[in-house]
Amino acid sequence: MAASGDPLLTVEDLWVRFPGRTRVVEAVRGISFAVGREKLGIVGESGSGKSVTGRSILRLIQPPGQVTARRLMFDGIDLARIDEAAMRDIRGRRISMVLQDPKFSLNPVMTVGRQIAEAYLIHHKAEPAEARRRALDMLAAVRIRNPERVFDLYPHEVSGGMGQRIMMAMMLIPDPDLMIADEPTSALDVTVQMQVLAILDDLVSKRGMGLIFISHDLNLVASFCDRVLIMYAGRIVEVCQAARLREARHPYTVGLLRSLPRIDEPVDELQVLQRDPAWLDAPAP
Amino acid sequence: MSATSAMIMVEGLDVTFGHGPSAVHAVKNASFTVAPGEAFGIVGESGSGKSTVLRALAGLNPAWTGSIVVAGEAQPPHRRRAFFKQVQMVFQDPYGSLHPRHTVDRILSEPVAIHGLGQSDRRIERALLEVGLGPAFRFRYPHQLSGGQRQRVAIARALILEPRILLLDEPTSALDVSVQAEVLNLLVRLRRERALTYVLVTHNLSVIAHMCGRLAVMNAGRIVEEMTVAQLRAATPREAYTRQLLRASLGYDRRAADQFETYD
Repeated sequence: MAASGDPLLTVEDLWVRFPGRTRVVEAVRGISFAVGREKLGIVGESGSGKSVTGRSILRLIQPPGQVTARRLMFDGIDLARIDEAAMRDIRGRRISMVLQDPKFSLNPVMTVGRQIAEAYLIHHKAEPAEARRRALDMLAAVRIRNPERVFDLYPHEVSGGMGQRIMMAMMLIPDPDLMIADEPTSALDVTVQMQVLAILDDLVSKRGMGLIFISHDLNLVASFCDRVLIMYAGRIVEVCQAARLREARHPYTVGLLRSLPRIDEPVDELQVLQRDPAWLDAPAP
Repeated sequence: MSATSAMIMVEGLDVTFGHGPSAVHAVKNASFTVAPGEAFGIVGESGSGKSTVLRALAGLNPAWTGSIVVAGEAQPPHRRRAFFKQVQMVFQDPYGSLHPRHTVDRILSEPVAIHGLGQSDRRIERALLEVGLGPAFRFRYPHQLSGGQRQRVAIARALILEPRILLLDEPTSALDVSVQAEVLNLLVRLRRERALTYVLVTHNLSVIAHMCGRLAVMNAGRIVEEMTVAQLRAATPREAYTRQLLRASLGYDRRAADQFETYD
């Protein structure tokens, strides 16, 4: 299944429910998948359950939301069974998460350098000087040209693209095995987006990190990831090799692809997706 | 194209925000012309000045210099009411551009009342039908609508005055792709049926390619290139900046990412 050897993470029969006043919303309905040391894309429209899936792996779903899974195996540890203290050792240190908008994810009253150094100190016993040196190295690793200068900047003083690189530096400094990136480049300009993706790409290939890349952008995922899961209404409706996404068979995937305007293939009218109620309960592929 | 036949003529448009050393020169000497019934696109990255051009054109920002001529009339910084009867705008975020405590009926009746057009009932019903919503939506609040339905209401609000020009600022970038397809199809149909003139601002080259015939590419406040969509499709832009933008829009490519440069 995974590109190299055993999977890093195996998810079996994951359910996420949010009880409401009149009914229970089932955001994720019994999905199973595995991630190796590869780039796995999760694609879907808003409300498909893709972000909730990412968050439930790190057990970030707050009550009254309920997460159940038969197994959430990560490196021999069942994340669904361990206590909160054990989970805190995993979070950030072994599995980390990058969110969409650095403006809301960084602490606005702390310099970015201190935030990155703090991420290191939380997980390692080290002198502040050592943490500072590592933070500077990490800023250089995410291709920030002048790490010394950027270290002392506050989040409002950096651009969106740089903010996202800083977020990545912070998430990478504990050297995690698996990174969950939820729309990490959607708020960025296309050229900056490509540069940030190149950094992630190199980290996966050089450090052997696993990456779960959550996105609504089919074309981006097809060109960037190794494998893609397509989610619809809380289910995985199709799994395919990213390079062969154009040969997808499920009518939902096909409909999504056809509804996209393309520069190289002009059409008079875009095809509008016709949703089939049968997709809701069709067996997983 | 002669000055009299153009629907929109912008010449030497300059917009500056702030004063002194901290002043930001957001638009520098921008000029373009749009023919009646044409769909013209403006593409650029964040901070390129594309939305500022559109806002100056729409009369939302009076602090500009240069000349803006719409339907043969030179426009003053502060527009007269008759201007808005001819030119309407649709904004990016359908969650922010509709009043949350006004029903669709009230949202649509306001422009009719402001311009003293009368026959409010008939106009609202027709506008809703035209954007594919039907009378059942008339007394709903925005929070009872999906993103795509809200953007349809925003388009209905713009159309209810029967304008000749629609200014579209990223009209589908907040929507899912399948909903985007519906809204883009609607905009294409409306332009054809009503012979509307569009100016569409977006960061998305494929949306421009689908909607427009010609486009201007903006970077750092300047229009760096104007070209036809046929040239865009053939991937033969003149400027290196445009080629890079086009390359990045086609998807991820590890090698291409290393060659990207910053153009200021």
